[in-house]
Amino acid sequence: MLPSRFEYHRPDSLEEAMHLLAEHGDEAKVLAGGQSLIPVMKLRLAAPAHLVDIGRLGLDTIAEADGHLAIGALARHRDLERSDLLKARYPVMAAAAPLISDPIVRNLGTIGGSLCHADPAGDWASVMLALQASVVARSTRGERELAISEFLQDTFTTALEPDEIVTEVRVPQPAGASGGTYLKLERKVGDYATVAAAIHLSLSDGTIERAGIGLTGVASKNLQPTDAEGSLAGAEPTEAAFAEAGRLAAEASSPVTDVRGSADYKRHVVDVYVRRGLARALEMARAA
Amino acid sequence: MHITIKVNGADRSADVEPRMLLAHLIREEFRLTGTHVGCDTTSCGACTVLLDGRPIKSCTMFAVQADSREVTTVEGLLQDGQLHPIQAAFKQEHGLQCGFCTPGMMLTGTALLAENPAPTDEEVRWAISGQVCRCTGYMNIVKAIQAAGRDMAAGPAETADATVAS
Repeated sequence: MLPSRFEYHRPDSLEEAMHLLAEHGDEAKVLAGGQSLIPVMKLRLAAPAHLVDIGRLGLDTIAEADGHLAIGALARHRDLERSDLLKARYPVMAAAAPLISDPIVRNLGTIGGSLCHADPAGDWASVMLALQASVVARSTRGERELAISEFLQDTFTTALEPDEIVTEVRVPQPAGASGGTYLKLERKVGDYATVAAAIHLSLSDGTIERAGIGLTGVASKNLQPTDAEGSLAGAEPTEAAFAEAGRLAAEASSPVTDVRGSADYKRHVVDVYVRRGLARALEMARAA
Repeated sequence: MHITIKVNGADRSADVEPRMLLAHLIREEFRLTGTHVGCDTTSCGACTVLLDGRPIKSCTMFAVQADSREVTTVEGLLQDGQLHPIQAAFKQEHGLQCGFCTPGMMLTGTALLAENPAPTDEEVRWAISGQVCRCTGYMNIVKAIQAAGRDMAAGPAETADATVAS
């Protein structure tokens, strides 16, 4: 289908964009890469009266500063995929980027757009949960930083006010010995994940300091299985500990039976991926 | 909204509704019908064109977003009556059957070769993984893109079968 009619605005600055959102409020949607919004508009599941195109406003740097990795909201998936910084220091992100959608979509899709779209089958949100990241939202009223767990509220629902734009994603810099990965099961490239898991592990003197887990496609929003994470905090990184974490993560998941698999199958994949991901993360953390 | 896009090297203008998809602008306004509309769900890549040199799915972009930017369609591959090496290679290697996915495959192929002139099978398959072919099983598409890479590295004198039959 074709999208319904809308008024198109292409502001020359972030300030102008914020004023447009302040003016049009919840009749407006922000257009970044459009790789989630336009398909939804073509299905007429969304029919905003105003689109504010921020695609040319820059906001795409990827750099470390002040103890965190600062990623501009308009950083394209392809840029994150090719980033040497991510490959060297943020392995969970480096593992996830090439698995998002397909290479052509990755030329346009943005990390900010993905997080704001808040599809529980979206990949970046799980990564950000595992890494305890935050997002910076700006409006004419000011700026605020929200923890990702606070930002993601429900299916396609975030804590953003209608006049706010996400400008930056902040990821804490890794502690000494850490590692991580993103494991994604999909029927084919470009399909949504059947199940995916973002795993982060940091060690302190050989024991687990923190485990971060973010799960894709198993709940009404990207899921952080806190019981599984809690079971690992301060524990010895053994196969048994990982098996228990996998079991707890699967228990915390509530996937639906659909064309991609039964709920039981998906829970099983959660278990396998959490165990496998933790083993890989441990190898990396020990090598660090 | 009045927009101007450089299409295959020449400025083209149109007055469009903001909701007009780039694929429809290219096909219906500019009458460049080599770009195809396949799936309506951003899955198949038959609509792939190059935007400032990068493959994008033109069914998932509004024409207004391409204002003052450069678009290359399959029609832009032909230069002065000479087939582009990628076109010659697709012909030589039988990289198509029905041809519906072919424009997109060739454009993605040229973009890949610009970055990686001698891609492995794996690298080609990865690059085209956003596009679907129902006919060929992809083998000859991969061979064609690799052959084009070899031809382009060898230089213009070596390119076989490059003249359009009249």
